[in-house]
Amino acid sequence: MDNPQQKITVSIWRGKEDGALESFETPLIENQTILDLLTNIQRKVDSSLSYRFACRVGMCGSCAMRVNGKPRWTCRTLVSNVVTDGELRLEPLANLPVVKDLVVDMVPFFEKWQAAKGRFEPKDAGVQEFAPIRPDDKKRQKADAAIECINCAVCYSACDVVESNPAFLGPAALNRAWSLMNDERDGSSLERLTAVSGEGGCQSCHTNSQCVARCPLQLNPTASIAGLKKQVALAMLKGAI
Amino acid sequence: MNRNRDTSAYWASFVQRWSGVVLALFLPAHFYVLSLSLQGAEVLEEFLHWTDMPVVKFAEAGLVVLLAVHLLGGARILTIEFFRWAKWHSNLILLAGGGALTCGLLFLLRAI
Amino acid sequence: MNQRLEVKLWLAHRLTGMALGLFVTIHLITMIIVIQGGISASEIMERTSSNALIPLFYGLFVIASAVHGSIGLRTVAQEVLKWKGKSLDILVVGFFLLLCCMGMAAIRGLMS
Repeated sequence: MDNPQQKITVSIWRGKEDGALESFETPLIENQTILDLLTNIQRKVDSSLSYRFACRVGMCGSCAMRVNGKPRWTCRTLVSNVVTDGELRLEPLANLPVVKDLVVDMVPFFEKWQAAKGRFEPKDAGVQEFAPIRPDDKKRQKADAAIECINCAVCYSACDVVESNPAFLGPAALNRAWSLMNDERDGSSLERLTAVSGEGGCQSCHTNSQCVARCPLQLNPTASIAGLKKQVALAMLKGAI
Repeated sequence: MNRNRDTSAYWASFVQRWSGVVLALFLPAHFYVLSLSLQGAEVLEEFLHWTDMPVVKFAEAGLVVLLAVHLLGGARILTIEFFRWAKWHSNLILLAGGGALTCGLLFLLRAI
Repeated sequence: MNQRLEVKLWLAHRLTGMALGLFVTIHLITMIIVIQGGISASEIMERTSSNALIPLFYGLFVIASAVHGSIGLRTVAQEVLKWKGKSLDILVVGFFLLLCCMGMAAIRGLMS
């Protein structure tokens, strides 16, 4: 039930990296998501507040930001679940440049995605026959386990190594690289192994597994990166890269 | 200000890193003590006598714990990195912690 | 060479880690057994010079731990202290050589 008397204090980051938290008093409404709360504040209190969202139903990942320090999707987070002692803190995703308020520049994230060769490249010859992929194909199962990533950058924000090693490609980019390494139709395996074993490559991961803990889709970049490490090691020992 | 450090895997990495640093910095001291033997058994003996003090024995037990946790934690990392991911991998953290404390205790019990 | 440097270091770190897993297990078990009731310098030196395999074992042990520790400290220095470049690499190689020399001195002393 709504209790209009119960108010919570929401601290929201305003400005760029050198900005500050600004406090808003807002009623605690049952079944309200953080995204609802932000929209409420922007429409009724301060129209200069900037934040991102799109689908609002947990499919696009655009609304990702830090809630009480933890990166998550605001459209899938109930205020009542995360408010502590009547307080809530909202900050933009970590490890990315701040554009304004809760909006970050995703370009570096996607640049690393490309640097890890996180894009499909077909085999050289034109497709003559369909590649037969059985449902019990081990490689396909590995690819499927990692494929659902929608590049929301929650894992990137959560990772201590991303923070301490500016060159580290990050969990999402490497996870995608791993899924492509297991894609039967892809033709750039060696280039991709080279791409993920340069500076800031898979070898920089310390298995902190903060990515695993925060991923809204319960993906496991630690396991994907471990798979890449093994492939890189084997390729190096064989002299392939 | 990082609030994403509430997983056991993060602390396993933390312990792995800092136990490694302590051990790496301890090694030169360890080698130095043993090289006192170059000056004859009596010189080494004099130093070892000092290590009979209980506080030193406890410090040594602490080092044994750090060594054991780094070894077991390292075995966990090697398992994760060189074998395919399996659910039981998450039990390796508890194994590392428990195993290390056991080693330290064993050392202490035998050393006193 | 430079492009693959980080991976080569990572691989060397993991391979020496595997070797050390074995060496340290042997070392820890030996120490826990042998330390019972205390041990004197001359007893240590007697045991270590009793078999030619012992200095060989510890020689490999020293080299493996020097490689492993140096690479580990390098990563920590880069990520925690934000060091980079040639000066860090020189320091790391220096530490590696220090460990090798001191370790070999210790083995030589214990063999005498």
